[in-house]
Amino acid sequence: MLEIRNIQKSFDGMQVLKGVDIDVEKGDVVAILGPSGSGKTTLLRCINFLEQADGGSMTFDGETFEFSRISKKDIARIRKKTSFVFQNYNLFRNKTALQNVTEGLIVARKIPKDQAEKIGRRMLDKVGLSDRYSHYPHQLSGGQQQRVAIARAMATDPEIIFFDEPTSALDPELIGEVLAAMRQLAEEGMTMLVVTHEVNFARNVSSKVVFMENGRVVEAASSRDFFYNPREERTKTFLKTITGEDAEK
Amino acid sequence: MVSERILNILTDSFWKILLPGLAMTIPLTVISFFFALIIAVITAMVQFADIKVLKPLARFYIWVIRGTPILVQLYVIFYGLPSIGIVLPAFPSAVLVFSINEGAYGAETMRAALESVPRGQIEAGYCVGMSWWQIMERIVLPQAFRTAFPPLSNSLIGLMKETSLASNITVMEMLMSTQKIIARTYEPLALYIEVGVIYLMFSTILTKLQSIGEKKLNSYGYQKG
Repeated sequence: MLEIRNIQKSFDGMQVLKGVDIDVEKGDVVAILGPSGSGKTTLLRCINFLEQADGGSMTFDGETFEFSRISKKDIARIRKKTSFVFQNYNLFRNKTALQNVTEGLIVARKIPKDQAEKIGRRMLDKVGLSDRYSHYPHQLSGGQQQRVAIARAMATDPEIIFFDEPTSALDPELIGEVLAAMRQLAEEGMTMLVVTHEVNFARNVSSKVVFMENGRVVEAASSRDFFYNPREERTKTFLKTITGEDAEK
Repeated sequence: MVSERILNILTDSFWKILLPGLAMTIPLTVISFFFALIIAVITAMVQFADIKVLKPLARFYIWVIRGTPILVQLYVIFYGLPSIGIVLPAFPSAVLVFSINEGAYGAETMRAALESVPRGQIEAGYCVGMSWWQIMERIVLPQAFRTAFPPLSNSLIGLMKETSLASNITVMEMLMSTQKIIARTYEPLALYIEVGVIYLMFSTILTKLQSIGEKKLNSYGYQKG
């Protein structure tokens, strides 16, 4: 459903993405792991055109686009079929939780307000915020804000949702509720591409894992193979460090 | 110390000063500020959106207007332009100059307010499928106006006082009306203080309106930070 081929990106002469391929099938939950600075977030931002990649191509829904030449119209068209969940939520601060969820429906998709609000309430119920419809972002905890963001991402019925380190800005106590919402979404069959540091999420929820370092993919495999049968030495070292940490906990 | 004569002059002149205040100073302030706001928002948005040719033009406009005295600007429009055949009556000249002048300052206030809205919300707007205009209208501008409200209120009060400069181009506003009465009565101290007090009344009302406005905006739900 989503194929990224040879995507490249430099910032001020520093090559952050050195030709990365990603394959996402419908219903996949793909976790992108890797140390900080490996280019994971940049990759995700380029895929949703928040940054312009220098080269490479993308096939989405059977259509192929060159990153360096894609038109604004195509970007807008693709974005209407995708959603994005940010590390720091990025809720609209002048809108209530419900308005945050309905904005994309009413404004961008011209869905009648009452119908949009019905969808919005259903989405907020789903992430456990049925008592927070009319709260403004500043009245919500980080975990609640991120769940509103997830509800906002689901509301437009996207074909894929991108998550950019969705729990990294949260207090440890609040991570669980966000991961639970994501897990539920995965179980419903949503296609998800998740940049994360949550190894347990990658192991237990995701179907595929892509391990990146220095702007390249080190290993891409099914979640099971990645954790229990890794091919690359680098992956093994990474997993050893991780499990070492896990043992301490 | 205050003789009966002065008291009589003061009570007699109070309405004669207040009336042009209501008929000239207030309209001049309100109309000019209205146009200044439009200019400010457009100029700020041109810079915020980084539009190629218009952005340097906006910077140039702000540079010129902020770098020259408003009195000079009034003279150029009212006494200067007629020499090349453009004759504007006093009141429109004053509105023109005050709008353009205040617009340049307001543009900087608005630009700062626009930039204070976290970029991530714009990205989020794109990601839910909104266009740049929709994001501006529904997300960025409402928050920017909230931020800009106190400094813009300050500017409004400043402009109200600044309209006294229009007396220099024959606009019959409060200060000029006062000067006419002084010419008749030779009581400059009492009368200048009186007009000062009336200006103070006006700005007190505006300050009050500002705090009511701020309370309204806060109860509207969202706050900064």
